[in-house]
Amino acid sequence: MENQFTVTAFNNYLKAHRLMGSRDISTGEMFLPPRPLNPSDFSTDMDWIEFSGKGELRAFTSIYINSTLMTEAGFNRSNPCVVGIIKTAEGPSISALVVGLNGTNPQTLKIGTPLKVKFIDQGEGDARKTLLAFEPA
Amino acid sequence: MGKLARGVALVGAGMSKFGVFKGKTSRDLFVEAFVEMLGTVDKGIDPKKIEAFYMGNFSSDLFEGQGHLAPILASWTGLNPIPATRIEDACASAGVALREGILAVASGMYDIVLVAGVEKMTDLPTEKVTDTLATAADVQYEVPAGFTFPGFYASMATAYMDKYGATPETFMKVGIKNHEHGSLNEKAQFGAKISTLMEARKTSAAKKGLPIPQWTDEMEFLHDDKANPIVAWPMRLYDCSPVSDGAAVVLLVSEELARQFSDHPIYVAGTGQASDGALHDRESLTSIKSARLAAEQAYKMANVGPQDIDFAEVHDCFTIAEVIATEDLGFFKPGEGWKMAEDGQTSRSGEKPINLSGGLKSKGHPVGASGIGQVVEVWKQLRGEAGERQLAGNLRYGLTHNVGGTGQTCVVHIFEKRD
Repeated sequence: MENQFTVTAFNNYLKAHRLMGSRDISTGEMFLPPRPLNPSDFSTDMDWIEFSGKGELRAFTSIYINSTLMTEAGFNRSNPCVVGIIKTAEGPSISALVVGLNGTNPQTLKIGTPLKVKFIDQGEGDARKTLLAFEPA
Repeated sequence: MGKLARGVALVGAGMSKFGVFKGKTSRDLFVEAFVEMLGTVDKGIDPKKIEAFYMGNFSSDLFEGQGHLAPILASWTGLNPIPATRIEDACASAGVALREGILAVASGMYDIVLVAGVEKMTDLPTEKVTDTLATAADVQYEVPAGFTFPGFYASMATAYMDKYGATPETFMKVGIKNHEHGSLNEKAQFGAKISTLMEARKTSAAKKGLPIPQWTDEMEFLHDDKANPIVAWPMRLYDCSPVSDGAAVVLLVSEELARQFSDHPIYVAGTGQASDGALHDRESLTSIKSARLAAEQAYKMANVGPQDIDFAEVHDCFTIAEVIATEDLGFFKPGEGWKMAEDGQTSRSGEKPINLSGGLKSKGHPVGASGIGQVVEVWKQLRGEAGERQLAGNLRYGLTHNVGGTGQTCVVHIFEKRD
């Protein structure tokens, strides 16, 4: 089996502004991020499935002391970065940046907030990367 | 499965002070802990009799630019040419190294095994430490989202608050309690109560001729964004364990040899370990499944339940983690841990004393050393050698709970005093 459900493939789909996971062909179980092997039945018979990008906030934080990555992306103590675990409408959950919420007032943020996917492009040409984010729906 | 082929006992335990030690490398701290351990073996030990060495360390590669650390530490303590093996399971490295040492003795392969945990973190600037710790998470799918370790536990805290009604003040009270405990521990990085630290800041402001802050109590101090800045809401500075250097060492022998070395050996009653995937892949964000499974295995092997445990050292890398740990270990029902913490039931005078050493919060968290640091406290308490912070009563069972990452690894041990 040649594994096509790689991290690189997922990131390339993000660059094309598509949120793609994998689906076990026989059971219909879905995985986001995509997995090449279903951990519950060890099947590798998978295909790609596009997620709608709809979901809701399952847990969150507003990060004031940021990683180097997020500091370089412009987040800091006066512009904290809201990060969350998002439960997609299809079922699986994923970690992502959440934009469009007020990180300086985190006590007002609510678990269960409906969200939709947002693709954030960074850099130009070959160096272009796309960051997976969500925003209020 | 679920049983040791033969019994294993602790006959020595030592640790360096935990803290920030400029100019000391991991090997220097390890030698200090090793020498202290030798002094605790009641009937003495010839180090040449040690047959194998297991060492927990998370990331000397990134923290110090040093890989392949175990043989170097063995060399510095005269242990070459015995097998020297480094174990890495993030912040659970030392707890897992202990388990590997136990299994090695239980198997009959070795009779005398040295186990250690070591970490030297403070040479790096804070942001590099944050990035290094983040390598314990999934760097492909969690870190690019912006998560940091305080961020992960803060997310568990928002999920917990939403589900059970705890507030940021609950977590502050856990920090106050652990600092109180740590104020009695001469090895702790912050051997001071938060009230003492608060008064010191007032004094320092007065000396510098600056306006003297008007905090009336610890809670007011902890609500002050300047004194206690938000790291990842709702986790503030005083909710987070510090960046630390330190080493801790224990000596294991087969049960039948225990009395040859020790007047008061401490026996391994139970061990458990489990693994899990990324936080976002889990069904529950308010409980750590690997901790529940590891605890279940350890209780079963020891043939005891949570009610039999006299005290526990749990992995309070963040204050929320302690609340969740007390539920995962079965001390309190899900959703009840925060109430028991607020009610003082986890303090040294409460129903279930948690983190008598001060925990990672006050004692310090040299990540790959913490799992053995916890065991050193259990050793001291069960032997009645914890000095000022000795828990009263006839203690029989002590438990350690050591988590790697957000629960990708958890290892639980139960220790027993027999007499």
